[in-house]
Amino acid sequence: MDTHNNSEKPQDTGHEWDGIRELTNPPPRWWLISFHIGWIWCIIYFLLYPSIPLINGSNEGLLGWTQIKEFKEAVAENDAVKAPYVEKLKAMSASDIMADAELRNFAESAAKAVYGDNCAACHGAGGEGAEGLFPVLADDNWLYGGDIDTIIETITDGRMGDMPAHADMLEAEQIETLTDFVIALPKGEASKAGWAMFEEAGCMGCHGDNAKGGALNDDTYSGAVNLTDQVWRFGGNREEVLRTIRYGVNQDDVAQTRSAIMPAFGEKLTAEQIKILAIKIHAMGGGQ
Amino acid sequence: MSQNRKSADSLEDLYADTLHYHVNTGGETIHAKRMPGRFRNLKWLTMSTWLAFFIGPYLQWGDHQAILFDIPGRKFHLFGATIWPQDIWMLSLLLILLAITLFGVTAVAGRVFCGYFCFQTVWTDVFTWIEDKIEGNAIQRRRLDKAAWSADKIRKKTLKHSLWLLVSILTGITFAAYFTDAFELWNGYLTFSAPYIAWVVLALFIAGTYILAGFMREQVCFWLCPYARIQSVMVDKDSILPTYDYHRGEPRGKVKSKSSDAATKGDCIDCKMCVGVCPTGVDIREGLSEGCITCGLCIDACDSIMDKVGKPKGLIRYLSHKEMDGVTLPPVFKRPRVITYSTIFMLAVTGIIYGLATIPPVELSIVHSRQPLFMRMSDGSIQNKYTIKAVNKLETDQRVSLTVKSSSGDVHMVKEAYFKDITLKAGKMVPFSIFLQATPASLEHENTDVQLTIQGITQPDITVTYDSVFVGPKK
Repeated sequence: MDTHNNSEKPQDTGHEWDGIRELTNPPPRWWLISFHIGWIWCIIYFLLYPSIPLINGSNEGLLGWTQIKEFKEAVAENDAVKAPYVEKLKAMSASDIMADAELRNFAESAAKAVYGDNCAACHGAGGEGAEGLFPVLADDNWLYGGDIDTIIETITDGRMGDMPAHADMLEAEQIETLTDFVIALPKGEASKAGWAMFEEAGCMGCHGDNAKGGALNDDTYSGAVNLTDQVWRFGGNREEVLRTIRYGVNQDDVAQTRSAIMPAFGEKLTAEQIKILAIKIHAMGGGQ
Repeated sequence: MSQNRKSADSLEDLYADTLHYHVNTGGETIHAKRMPGRFRNLKWLTMSTWLAFFIGPYLQWGDHQAILFDIPGRKFHLFGATIWPQDIWMLSLLLILLAITLFGVTAVAGRVFCGYFCFQTVWTDVFTWIEDKIEGNAIQRRRLDKAAWSADKIRKKTLKHSLWLLVSILTGITFAAYFTDAFELWNGYLTFSAPYIAWVVLALFIAGTYILAGFMREQVCFWLCPYARIQSVMVDKDSILPTYDYHRGEPRGKVKSKSSDAATKGDCIDCKMCVGVCPTGVDIREGLSEGCITCGLCIDACDSIMDKVGKPKGLIRYLSHKEMDGVTLPPVFKRPRVITYSTIFMLAVTGIIYGLATIPPVELSIVHSRQPLFMRMSDGSIQNKYTIKAVNKLETDQRVSLTVKSSSGDVHMVKEAYFKDITLKAGKMVPFSIFLQATPASLEHENTDVQLTIQGITQPDITVTYDSVFVGPKK
C-alpha cells in the first residue's frame, strides 16, 4: 500500500503537445482498492435489496427484504417469548395470577402500556389521581370495593356516582350543621347534634348508620363514601364539602353538581387486558 | 531514529539523517531469516504461554466451563468465582493492573510484551515459521515470490495459505468458545448449526488473523498498534533495550584480510545479519527504532557471527542508554517510575483480591416509588411504595427475611409477617413491591431515613442492608 504518489518520478506517456507532456500519476493503491470494493458493493446491494423506485413501490430485491418485514419478524419473535406467559394469563383467574410472583410481575409490566393509554389521563401515572376530580387508585380507600374481582367489575362496566342535591331539600342551617358534622367526623369530634341531623336528613340510607359508606355496609348503596376516614373524594375544606352536600353528585338538572363518572371499558379492552389492569391497580398500594 | 546519540553538529546533519531514513509502508515484504539462538529459544518459551489460550475453553470447574463469559446470562465464570454485572468494577482494576504491568515492564526492559508475548508477534512468528517450512529460507522465499507461476509454486502457496487459514480458524473457534459451551460450539460449527453470531465472530477472527498475521505483520506494529506508540514513549535512559554498541562496532567494515586495516576497524563486519533476521526489518545499528519490538533476534544473529570471526559476543546486547555512556544503572527498585508503578500495581491487586473474596452472595437495590411520593391512607397514615430488587447470586434458593428500621417515627412494613420469611430464587432477580407506613404525627421531618435489611435464614451469615428514605407530607 504505497501512499506516496510521488516517491518516484511520474511515468511519461510519451504524448506531447506543443511541449506539454502527459504524465501518468496513478492514485494510491489503497484508494483504488477502496474504489473497486465500493462499486462492487453497490452493485451487490442494488441487486439484493429494494433499489428501483417503481410506480407501486419499489422492486423486491433478490433477498425479498423490507423494513416492515423485519419489524414484523421482530414483533413475532417478541410475541413468541411472551406467548407461554400470555397463555397462562388467559387461562388463570386474576387471584391465581397474583399468587405467582413471576406471573404477577409479568402481568404488571404488561399492563403498563394499557394503563398509560386508558387510565393514566385521569388517575395519574402512579394512580395518584387528581385532587377533587379523579379518585386515587394507590390508597386503600375504595368506593366500590378494592378486591380484585370488584376492580375488574369496575373497569368492565364503569361506575357512576349518585348523590342527591340537598340545596332544595334542607334548610341552609341544616346543611351548615351537616357540613360541620362531616368535617368533624374523621377527627372523631362529631357532635350529638350532628349525628341527629345525619339521621334526620336520611344520609345513613346510603352512607350507613355508622357513616362508614357503602363499601363497608352491604345493605346500602355501594358507591357512597366512607365519611369517617381521612380521605376526601372531593376535597375536605368547608367550601368543597358544602358544595357536595348542596349540589350532589351527577345530578342532571343541577348546574353545580359534582361529576364522577368512570367509563365502561368492557367493550374497548379485552378481558385479558382488564385482568392485568386490575392486577396492576390492585398492586398500587391499597388492594384488598 | 535516535541518531541523537551521535552529536548532531548542525541542522544539516539532522536532515541528512532523515534523508536516508528508510520507511517501509508495506511496499516490500519482509522475509526475515530464522536462526537458532538464546533469544529464539526464549521466544518459543514465552510464545508457548499462548497454548493456555487454546486449552482454556475445555477446562471444567464443577459442573460448568472453568472460564465462561456468559453474555446473554450476564454472568462471568472464572473457575470458582462467578462475576455478576454488579461486580464489574473489578474489571476496571484489572485493566489498570494490566496497563501498569505493561508500563512497569516497559520502563525496566522495553517492549517485552511486543517482543515476546503480543499475539501479533506470536501469530506472525507462527505464520512465518509455516512459511519457512514450506517455502524454504528467506532467500528461497524471495526467489519464489519473484518466480513465474509453476505447479510447484502453486502447490507451495496453496499449502501455506491452507495452513494459515487452519490456524486462523482454530484461533477464531477458540476465542468464540470462551463465550459459550465449547463442546456445543464445536458441534455447532461442525454440523453447520451454530448460531448466526458465532459465524460472524468466526469470520471476523479468521479474516483478522489471516490478514494481520499473514500479510500486514510488522505493519501492524509500525502504524496500527496504539500500544506500540505508548510503549515507545515509556522507555527512558534506564531501560535496557537491544542496543548496538557503536563504541565497539564503529567504524564498521568488511573483513578483507587480517593484516590490512583490522586494527583501525571496529568489530562490526557489516554482514547485515542483524537486519536479515529482524522480523520488522529494522537496522538496529541506526539506533533505537520505533519498529523495534525488542525481540532480541538480532542479538542471536550478531553473537553467531562474532563467534565465527573470533570476537567477543555482545556487540548487540541488552543495554541501557546510561550504560552506553558508562553510567551505572540505579537498582531497579530505586527508580521513581518503578516505585510509582509498583505502588499502583499493588493497590490494584489488593482491590481485586478484596473484590473477589467479598463478592456479596445477595445484592440488594431498592427503588423508592416517586409517583406518587407518598399516599395518605384512609386511617390517616402515610404510605410509601418501594420496588425491591434482590439478586440471589448463589446456586441455591435462599430463604431470607426483610425488615425495616427507621431513624424516627413508627415506620413499619405492610404485611410485615409475610416478609419475615421470603424465598429468593437461585441465580435470579424477581423484583417485588413493599409498602411502608407511618403515622404522620410520629414523623419528625418530611424525609425520614430508613434502612432495609435482608437477613439470611438458610444461610444466617448473609446480611445485606440498603439505605433509603421514607417521604411524608411537608412539616
